[in-house]
Amino acid sequence: MNPDYSLLIPEYILAVWAALVVAVDVMMPKLRRDVPAYLAALGALAAGIASVLYIDVNKGFEAIPGVTIMHVDDYTTYMRVLLCGIAVFILLMSAQFVRMRLSHAGEYSAIVLVATLGGMLMVEGTELITSWIALELLSFCFYTLVSFARRELRSNEAGLKYMLLGAFSTALFLYGLSLIYGVTGTTTYDGIAAALSNRGEDLTLALVVGFVFIIAGLGFKVAAVPFHMYTPDAYQGAPLPITAMLSTTSKAAAFALFFRLFTTAFLPAHEEWKWMIALIAAVTMMWGNLVALQQTNLRRLFAYSSIGQVGFMLIAVAAATQDAGSSLLFHMAGYAVTNLAAFTIIVVFFNREGSDEIADLAGLAERQPFLALAMVTALFSLAGMPLFAGFFTKFMLFVSGWDAGLEWLSGVAVVASLISLYYYLMVIRQMYVIAPRVPGRFRTPALLWGVIAVLVVGVFFLGIWPAPLLDAADTAAAFLFRA
Amino acid sequence: MDNLNQSGYWLLAVWLVPLLTALVMVFIPSRFAGVIRGLAGVSGVVMFALSLYIFIGYQVGEGNIQFEKSWVWMENAGILGPGGISLHMGVDGIAAPMVLLTGIVIMAGNVVSWKIQFRNKDFYILLLVLVSGVFGTFVALDMFFFFFMYELAVIPMYLLIAVWGSTRKEYGAMKLTVMLVAASVLIFVGMFAVYTKAGIGSFDLVRLWAVAQTPNGPMDPQFQKIFFPFMVIGCGVLGALWPFHTWSPDGHMAAPTAVSMLHAGVLMKLGAFGIIRLGIQLFPEGAEFWMPGLMVLGTINAVYGSFSALAQRDFKQMIGYSSVSHMGYVMMGLATMNLVGINGAVLQMFAHGVMTALFFAMVGGLYDQAHTREMAVFGGLAGKMPKFSIFFMIAGLSGVGLPAMAGFVAEFNIFVGLFRSYPLFGVLAVLSAATSAAYVFRMFAIVFFGRFNTRWSGLRDIQKTEVFAGTVLAASILFMGVLPKPFTDRISPSVLALPGVIDPTADTPQTAETPNSDHNYDLRPERRRHDAIGWSA
Repeated sequence: MNPDYSLLIPEYILAVWAALVVAVDVMMPKLRRDVPAYLAALGALAAGIASVLYIDVNKGFEAIPGVTIMHVDDYTTYMRVLLCGIAVFILLMSAQFVRMRLSHAGEYSAIVLVATLGGMLMVEGTELITSWIALELLSFCFYTLVSFARRELRSNEAGLKYMLLGAFSTALFLYGLSLIYGVTGTTTYDGIAAALSNRGEDLTLALVVGFVFIIAGLGFKVAAVPFHMYTPDAYQGAPLPITAMLSTTSKAAAFALFFRLFTTAFLPAHEEWKWMIALIAAVTMMWGNLVALQQTNLRRLFAYSSIGQVGFMLIAVAAATQDAGSSLLFHMAGYAVTNLAAFTIIVVFFNREGSDEIADLAGLAERQPFLALAMVTALFSLAGMPLFAGFFTKFMLFVSGWDAGLEWLSGVAVVASLISLYYYLMVIRQMYVIAPRVPGRFRTPALLWGVIAVLVVGVFFLGIWPAPLLDAADTAAAFLFRA
Repeated sequence: MDNLNQSGYWLLAVWLVPLLTALVMVFIPSRFAGVIRGLAGVSGVVMFALSLYIFIGYQVGEGNIQFEKSWVWMENAGILGPGGISLHMGVDGIAAPMVLLTGIVIMAGNVVSWKIQFRNKDFYILLLVLVSGVFGTFVALDMFFFFFMYELAVIPMYLLIAVWGSTRKEYGAMKLTVMLVAASVLIFVGMFAVYTKAGIGSFDLVRLWAVAQTPNGPMDPQFQKIFFPFMVIGCGVLGALWPFHTWSPDGHMAAPTAVSMLHAGVLMKLGAFGIIRLGIQLFPEGAEFWMPGLMVLGTINAVYGSFSALAQRDFKQMIGYSSVSHMGYVMMGLATMNLVGINGAVLQMFAHGVMTALFFAMVGGLYDQAHTREMAVFGGLAGKMPKFSIFFMIAGLSGVGLPAMAGFVAEFNIFVGLFRSYPLFGVLAVLSAATSAAYVFRMFAIVFFGRFNTRWSGLRDIQKTEVFAGTVLAASILFMGVLPKPFTDRISPSVLALPGVIDPTADTPQTAETPNSDHNYDLRPERRRHDAIGWSA
């Protein structure tokens, strides 16, 4: 049977659109530099709409008969829509930024689209090599994007660090895959699962070593402690919208891969890797949140805060139940909306003031009340306060962890979440309590005002009426556990 | 009054009104300060009217949950089973007076805050969100929403204190927030444990209570003994339970007037209310085991609080410590686990709420003119500020427990309950009450009488807004002091319906405290159990 090429229409749209954006940019050199970003945003939107058409499709993409390398199901659809949505917002917040600070606007927008494409393939992959190639596609896009501000030393440094450590982690990941292949003799997820469930006892050591390498490799991608070292530098050095993308697209895609790989292929060996991930999760959430306490730069603060969030999300991977899966997908969406809101606000502020120091936010409530209020919304949501998305998504995540027998981990998570409130409050304090250093009110550009408003409404919506999204996440996660 | 409409929409309205008012305020430009004041005043009156309606409409005598209404919010997804999380609301005879208390205090608080000039829009938005959370917690019958609303009431505090506060405001704000949120970590963990252990896939409190009270049910005594302290300490921090009370004097000292009123008047009651809802009702076996411990802590609260109050020089700090002491009575009353004691505790929650709100409203009126709260620098204010002095003295005398004041009714019940179950602790409670008389009268002597300090010849009496607030609050104090029956009629049957509560007067003919004499309490299995292990006095 020929592979069903119609399963990948959203991917085609992204790829073609990316080429188109570059072509337009090349052919119209007089084009204003924010236009390619808007154009690309349309492409991401189109791909997102195309993805919706695959609801309730449940079909594998068989490269060779019998070898399913990609699988389109509700899990895929959920993540595709999420990734496309993220890309739309990233591109919208990029437009003005690119116009003010970057060259090569066409390539920038095209690479954002390709990175999204890579993320989507990561979600779909049900075969080790395919998933790995998809992961590399995403990573290479990010190496480029992080160092896109060519004339800025920081950006170059960040790009270099990210690439060197990323390559190293890829090597680890590949080595782990080879060990798993050695034990199971196959690279498809289904085949691995089958081989693992009737394996001989003597193979356990090789398996565990394989898991260690794979977890280390993926740990780099999601920025789990102790593989997080590049994160703060990459976040600080990258162009600001790319920082936002690192904290959303990259994490969402990597977690989608992580969860699919471990709950379909490796689930029969759950006992072998559960403790590793649980341990990493605990260390990650505590470390990320504790180190965040002493940050003075907004981007580094968000870097550590996102490390803390990774710790929370790892609970779901360690639990590896359907409930945990739905909580993970749900939390990921809430986190993405919230983080995008926060970063759009930072972009507006940065475009205007050229600073991303927390101290420079002083008196923002006087100078631009809308931005300050929106930022409070985002920060409270990240801290997990009621009325905002973060409260319920975290709640579900922790309860599902507790339910899966990881009581201690949920307990640690609640404490870590408490710690996070402190540094979010310190940012809020700057904006509301401290008097402004620079006088004068300023306005938010209309388009970005709209973007922020939409995201803030989203944060409230998910906090007040999360049922539709949770149902969707639940349906999506159910596909992984249908066997 | 028996035929009032008991639709659950009244409860929905009571917490949605503040939330929607806040939402409307977001869209009013901040330069229309007058409009915002007016809106705040109107919403205060509406909230008061609604809460009064709920209080009056609550049918006396049954002790059951009324005004009940439930909407499924989310079910059959992820970890949630059928009826997973629902917006389940209702009041029993314990919650009804608390709702009324909140209505009274917020009406007074909104009016007192009219004089806030600095960003008054933001202030009201946060204050109304806070109040929404308070109302919501009192009416919630779903564990998730209980916690949701509880957190909602705690969060705006940080900004309210840090932006509009006074003495050491940032320190006070951060200390308060961090301690209260740290406490909710314990509640959080307790909730996870209960949810998983009960295994009904639902956060509905009524159903969880049923599971908890099933003999040999999934929530075995061992489990209850482990997790009861999580809930009670978690809620107890908000109720200023010793040794977790330290946020309270600092927080109150730093907070602006209306926030102090609400926080001491209502929010601390949330803590005690949480102990009833999530402690006594959710962990009956745990409560039976741990209540003597709570008794000890509550006694330390009462005694330590009143002695500390004796040593304070700052008005607000003194009132803060007196609140700690009064909340100690509440804890002691709850820990008696007998009808009279818990009745007294709930009455005290109301009495202390209006009393302390009155205190803070008056201190605010003085501080805004004098810019100091050092008691020693004042003297002879009674002649200079007569209205201020009268209101202040009403609050003080209620705190001391003078007959015909709300405080008397409450403390009397608590002491009776204590002497029935724990006579020794009763003695300590009376000692603490005597100390409170000492610090209140000392303050009277220093501030209101004594020689007038000419430095303050520019002081004027309190403004109309404060007179209004003072009148409402003082009237509540006197009403409950003179006519406690509407309160006890509602509270007693509900208290008796709590698991493990014994009625020491049930063997004798029914007293006024338990008006529905057709109900035979001797049949209650809890009571027999307690008699068997010798807990009843």
